[in-house]
Amino acid sequence: MSDKIFQRPHSLKDVSFHYCPGCHHGIIHRLVAEAIDELNAGDKAIGIAPVGCSVLAYEYFNCDMFEAAHGRAPAVATGVKRVHPDALVFTYQGDGDLAAIGCAEIVHAAARGEKITTIFVNNAIYGMTGGQMAPTSLLGQVTNTSPYGRSEEGAGLPIRVSEMLATLDGAKFVARVAVNNPANMAKAKAAIKKAFELQQKGEGFSLVEVLSTCPTNWGMTPLDSSEWLEKNMIPYYPLATFKTPEGGSK
Amino acid sequence: MSEKVLMKGNEAIGEAAIVAGCRHYFGYPITPQTELTEYMAKRMPQVDGVFVQAESEVAAINMVYGAAGAGARTMTSSSSPGISLKQEGISYIAGAELPCVIVNIMRGGPGLGGIQPGQGDYFQATKGGGHGDYRNIVLAPNSVQELVDITILAFDLADKYRNPVMLLGDGALGQMMEPVAFKPSSSVAPAKPWAASGMRGRKEPNIINSLYLQPEQLEKHNIRLQKKYLLIEENEIRYEELYTDDAELIIVAYGITSRIARSAIEKARAEGVKVGMLRPISLWPFPAAPLAGLASSANAFLTIELSAGQMVEDVRLAVNGAKPVYFYGRTGGMMPNPKAIYEQILNVMSGKGGK
Repeated sequence: MSDKIFQRPHSLKDVSFHYCPGCHHGIIHRLVAEAIDELNAGDKAIGIAPVGCSVLAYEYFNCDMFEAAHGRAPAVATGVKRVHPDALVFTYQGDGDLAAIGCAEIVHAAARGEKITTIFVNNAIYGMTGGQMAPTSLLGQVTNTSPYGRSEEGAGLPIRVSEMLATLDGAKFVARVAVNNPANMAKAKAAIKKAFELQQKGEGFSLVEVLSTCPTNWGMTPLDSSEWLEKNMIPYYPLATFKTPEGGSK
Repeated sequence: MSEKVLMKGNEAIGEAAIVAGCRHYFGYPITPQTELTEYMAKRMPQVDGVFVQAESEVAAINMVYGAAGAGARTMTSSSSPGISLKQEGISYIAGAELPCVIVNIMRGGPGLGGIQPGQGDYFQATKGGGHGDYRNIVLAPNSVQELVDITILAFDLADKYRNPVMLLGDGALGQMMEPVAFKPSSSVAPAKPWAASGMRGRKEPNIINSLYLQPEQLEKHNIRLQKKYLLIEENEIRYEELYTDDAELIIVAYGITSRIARSAIEKARAEGVKVGMLRPISLWPFPAAPLAGLASSANAFLTIELSAGQMVEDVRLAVNGAKPVYFYGRTGGMMPNPKAIYEQILNVMSGKGGK
């Protein structure tokens, strides 16, 4: 018998994702699940799913889960963590959920230094409702609600969430990663694991922003999407660790 | 604390919640309930509890959603405009069937309204408030002692039915001081095997959720909720009757208004006027059957509210045209005095009708 060297993480259920072909949510789910497994934290993990494409994340993670109202996941996570301080509490949120309707909740969870971890998936568009402009849509980006391209006049400039939250003292770990190639995936996994570890140590709020594609609503093939992410998103949203407990950025 | 102590209504609610075992409170300051938030800020650390001043009422109710779903006895409180902000969360809490207590110390509206007492949130509290087919259990105390007793009851009912319970008070009740006794409470939260508290050896994950994308499943969920609401209607109607046995006129009033009405009724009774009162304590479920029963003995009903007429609709539904139902109300934070109600009583009794 040969040894099994690759398998579904225990923290993912044995069900098919509903995500579109080429979407990065599946990869990000897997990395989160692997990190939980490696920390042997599945028994104490409690996840909060958002409203958006990952609304059904509670069907995929093999741990206790909440489905939150749009944008409210950090407030829900606050309630959960204050009841179970020993739990590993994470929110999984998209850019519309976190950076638009849930701006107050994420800013104040970070400001309070809530000992929770947020996985923030930034694909620069509203996916589930079919491709509308997000707070993180790039200047000039064509979406169903910016059909002539996002213009600064009227829509303003995209929000850099990680940089914004890193200014708050309660945020102890803030990093932006991508999963568009294997090297970036490895870095993303390391960042997610580090964020969870810091939460377990009781350090404070942690957030990992993951740049992601949306081939369906970007109107591109998965490969073109990855290239578009590399050429357009990363220059505006640089991959970096903005905040660590050791102090400052690196 | 079994001896009587003098306490402000808002603070008494806070202490009662602690007696009931609530150790997680999430709030946001708003007049006229702020003393409750302040009381919890002071008291929770003394009982190893959690107090969080949320960034908004929206966040506070979602913290309650999280804490309730995680298995805790939890409470939030606010006043009218803040309760409007909580409605999204209340709908999710009802949909996910989470137990919690929500306190509304009502002020005058609409909009920013005023900061004086009101009862204009009756529709919002009893008919839904948020979206979808759901019900809050709504309880309306009329004294500081009852604020205490009913707060404890509210936690028990919330757990019993896995349903949000709203304590509907008003600025007068919240602000007034009366002697209260805190009896030892036998109120204990039941085991919550459904809570999302981390699997900790459990085989299947627990999921706190109100999303059912399949119409068949959502309808099934709704039918189950409605069955629960029917059960609550059968078991949890609460009211108080005063001089109803021989009353020709029945006053219907709740909360602070019932206290004022009582003064007017006592004066009228002293003069031989046969007037009584039915005071709903549970506003939902509403004591419709006892009111319908009184319609066979009384000649008329007079509903008194600090609103332009909200509960009176439920009184009319209960009486169902059997007898005339009159209404007298003040709004904007204005309170009727006993004399005004007394005059209304005489008007109705003399056949002139009410306002």
